[in-house]
Amino acid sequence: MPTFNLKINDKTHTVEADADTPLLWVLRDKINLVGTKFGCGIGQCGACTVHVDGNAMRSCLLQVSQAEGMEITTIEGLSEHGTHPVQEAWKAIDVPQCGYCQAGQIMTASAFLNENPNPSNEDIRNAMNGNICRCASYNSIEEAVKLASKKIS
Amino acid sequence: MKNSFNRRSFLKTSALASGGMLIGFNLFNACKSDVKLPVDLSQLNYKDFNAYIKISPEGKVTIYSVNPEIGQGVKTSMPMIIAEELDVDWDDVYVVQAPLDIENYSGQVAGGSQSIRRSWQPLRETGATAKQMLINAAAAQWDVDVNTCSAKMGIISNANGETLGYGDVVEAAALLDVPEEVSLKDPKDFTIIGQGKGNVDIDKITTGKPLFGLDYKEEGMVYASVLRPPAFGQVLESFDASEAKDLLGVIDVITIGKKARALLKAGKPNWSVKLSTTDKVVVIGKTTWDVIKGKKAIKAKWKTDSALESSEEHNEKLLSLVNGKKFRTRRKDGNVNKAFANADKVLERVYESTFLPHNTMEPMNFFANVTPEKVHLVGPTQTPEAAANAVASLLGRPIEEVHVDLTRMGGGFGRRLYNDYVMEVAEISEAIKKPVKMLSTREDDMTTGVYRPASTYKISAAIKDGKLTGYHLKEACVNSNMYGLIPNFFPAGAIENYQVDSARLKSNITVGAWRAPYTNFLASAEQSFFDELAEELQVDRVQLHMDLLENVKRNPNPKIDYSPERLQGVLKMVVEKSDWGNVADGVYQGLSVYYCHNTHVAEVADVTMENGVPVVKKVTCAIDCGIVVNPLGAMNQAKGGVLDGIGHAMYADFSFKDGVPSANNFNSYQLIRMGQTPKVDVHFIESNIAPTGLGEPTLPPVGAAVANAIYKATGKRLTKLPYIKNMNSKTEIVG
Repeated sequence: MPTFNLKINDKTHTVEADADTPLLWVLRDKINLVGTKFGCGIGQCGACTVHVDGNAMRSCLLQVSQAEGMEITTIEGLSEHGTHPVQEAWKAIDVPQCGYCQAGQIMTASAFLNENPNPSNEDIRNAMNGNICRCASYNSIEEAVKLASKKIS
Repeated sequence: MKNSFNRRSFLKTSALASGGMLIGFNLFNACKSDVKLPVDLSQLNYKDFNAYIKISPEGKVTIYSVNPEIGQGVKTSMPMIIAEELDVDWDDVYVVQAPLDIENYSGQVAGGSQSIRRSWQPLRETGATAKQMLINAAAAQWDVDVNTCSAKMGIISNANGETLGYGDVVEAAALLDVPEEVSLKDPKDFTIIGQGKGNVDIDKITTGKPLFGLDYKEEGMVYASVLRPPAFGQVLESFDASEAKDLLGVIDVITIGKKARALLKAGKPNWSVKLSTTDKVVVIGKTTWDVIKGKKAIKAKWKTDSALESSEEHNEKLLSLVNGKKFRTRRKDGNVNKAFANADKVLERVYESTFLPHNTMEPMNFFANVTPEKVHLVGPTQTPEAAANAVASLLGRPIEEVHVDLTRMGGGFGRRLYNDYVMEVAEISEAIKKPVKMLSTREDDMTTGVYRPASTYKISAAIKDGKLTGYHLKEACVNSNMYGLIPNFFPAGAIENYQVDSARLKSNITVGAWRAPYTNFLASAEQSFFDELAEELQVDRVQLHMDLLENVKRNPNPKIDYSPERLQGVLKMVVEKSDWGNVADGVYQGLSVYYCHNTHVAEVADVTMENGVPVVKKVTCAIDCGIVVNPLGAMNQAKGGVLDGIGHAMYADFSFKDGVPSANNFNSYQLIRMGQTPKVDVHFIESNIAPTGLGEPTLPPVGAAVANAIYKATGKRLTKLPYIKNMNSKTEIVG
């Protein structure tokens, strides 16, 4: 089985895996970073969103062989103590219901705010449209992204 | 408020070996009169409690959360109730999920929006009793009259100005008798209840710590994926696993199904599982990806075992059932036939809904480790006791050997009331003699689900001299029918001649509870009907309801399951808060008012038309659920229910053709997304009445609120789900 060197949350991990293994399952099953969630496996729900070189990407569609040499950040590495402005906003608004999709929502929101720290409400709705929340906590997600943008800008 | 009752019958305390005190109670037995007396207090251990408080000598408080957490917020709100009466600083409270404790207790269920309603009084009494025992211990230590002592925020004080912390007296308190009488707080003195408290798991959720069933791991654990028939009506004929077995990460390929079949033959199906007659192919592997790949490499042949059904024929049969004569009458007031025979006019409408998959974000999964000594199960289930019982009968093990640990759940919506996946993993672990995690893919979940049954309602109203004189509701439903109390919901009691009938269509498609079972569509049908009825009667929509509810108040009916006053209350509130009738040009409003799951709700949807497509801009929601325990959590439940209801009413297009579902992932099935969501403006009636649940009640009414608004905008009455498709609007999936 081939070996891959992955840079995840500023640490290098050497993993053995089939080249076609999605990064999602390498993170969850091999490196024990289970914050990144499985929802659909086809890039439609956003539960598995991570940052790859700073961009929000679906880890269920990124094969481990393509991820070598890239800077990967997962929810566990977004901030050292869980105090990234987006995480803080999520707590302040008390966004989660079941909580399962929220890591993916936070990763999408944080990459988006990095690109666009002063978004309009419409920008937020467009940016977050790819992440499904089955509990439909959308009003709160929208508010939390807005609140985080105020903290960031 | 003094509260006297036989507390000894269910409250128990215990000194902890490590110091400190446990106090607990048998939550659901507490509601019964024939409870057993407590066992010897010195013999009590952890198992003697199914909800309890642990106080350490340092004064720290651990509160165990009994009920499964599916996102409805009970892991925060139920401990809040205990902490309130115990009178401690919420910041000093640590909440822990309790495991299933079948030996002593029952009722560890997440379903029907009942957790808060049923536990409100027992949780308060537990907190208050612990507080009183701590005060008694302090009074004894000071040698003063207990009536001169009081406690607040974890500190006990006496008339001399002396103070002791709860931790200082906890060991002495644990040895005291349980008081016969305790005081409960006056709701106006609440300092935790009524204050918005954040989700107790928020730090773990926002930093990605393991919490969910899918995150659970054990040393030596392997993974499993189950290949099930692609269509209802098919069973496994044969399979070739050679390619799968050649894959490096695949450990083995086995079949399961014999045990479930034996159980089925023995006539022991448990209500909480759907037992299938088919064999299933199971791929065992080193990682999740190995088993997903392995499953794709299996070449299976399926044979037809029973009819391959299609929704088109279901819909025709449901329609002929509501138009036919074969019914079970669920409620009959007055004489509907006579009312219709004497009517000047009859309004009759048929409403149709589809099957719906649950689509919990976290797919079905469970961990099992079956050993000769015990069966250890870990994962997400709304009915852990039923899961344990099902596995015990499946494996022929005594129930005492089955242990279930609960994880936080990535949604439930009713799907995890059914434990088919728990039985599968138990059978797998027994066969391979290893700890194993079984997980389903999205395609598995949508293809082999326990769906909201397709249903059809026919509603008829008799009108004489401009008045509503009779109301006849007929239901036809696939494999299922509305449950006991629903015929007693509004408008029962408001109309002299009132009848509810139901008929069932048998099918091999498995169906079950889906968030707000039956009412999730019945409310759409009835509240759309009332909109049309008001128009027919030429009365104001709000006035029609106020008048009908006045009828109920004038002629009290013991057989109704709602409060006319409280329904009128939410109706008035929603009219005021939504600016009903005073909106801008181009905005169309629809109203809906409904009672279910013991909570009264009224909603107004504001809709605009954009390029011929309705867009819901805002929903105003007025709720009477009694005391709001946790306003933050309550707001989340209310808004989530409304948006979930809109999403499924507008977009959820799901049907069967030849036993195969029309969609199996989110590229072919629209779940509501942020771009499709309106702002939800929620208002609660201020109340001192004991609280009721919120996990479901805001969902049922919203479909009709939207449909009634769309009618105003377009002149078209919507009677069939999903609305967007049936308006002949564009139906492409937005992602």
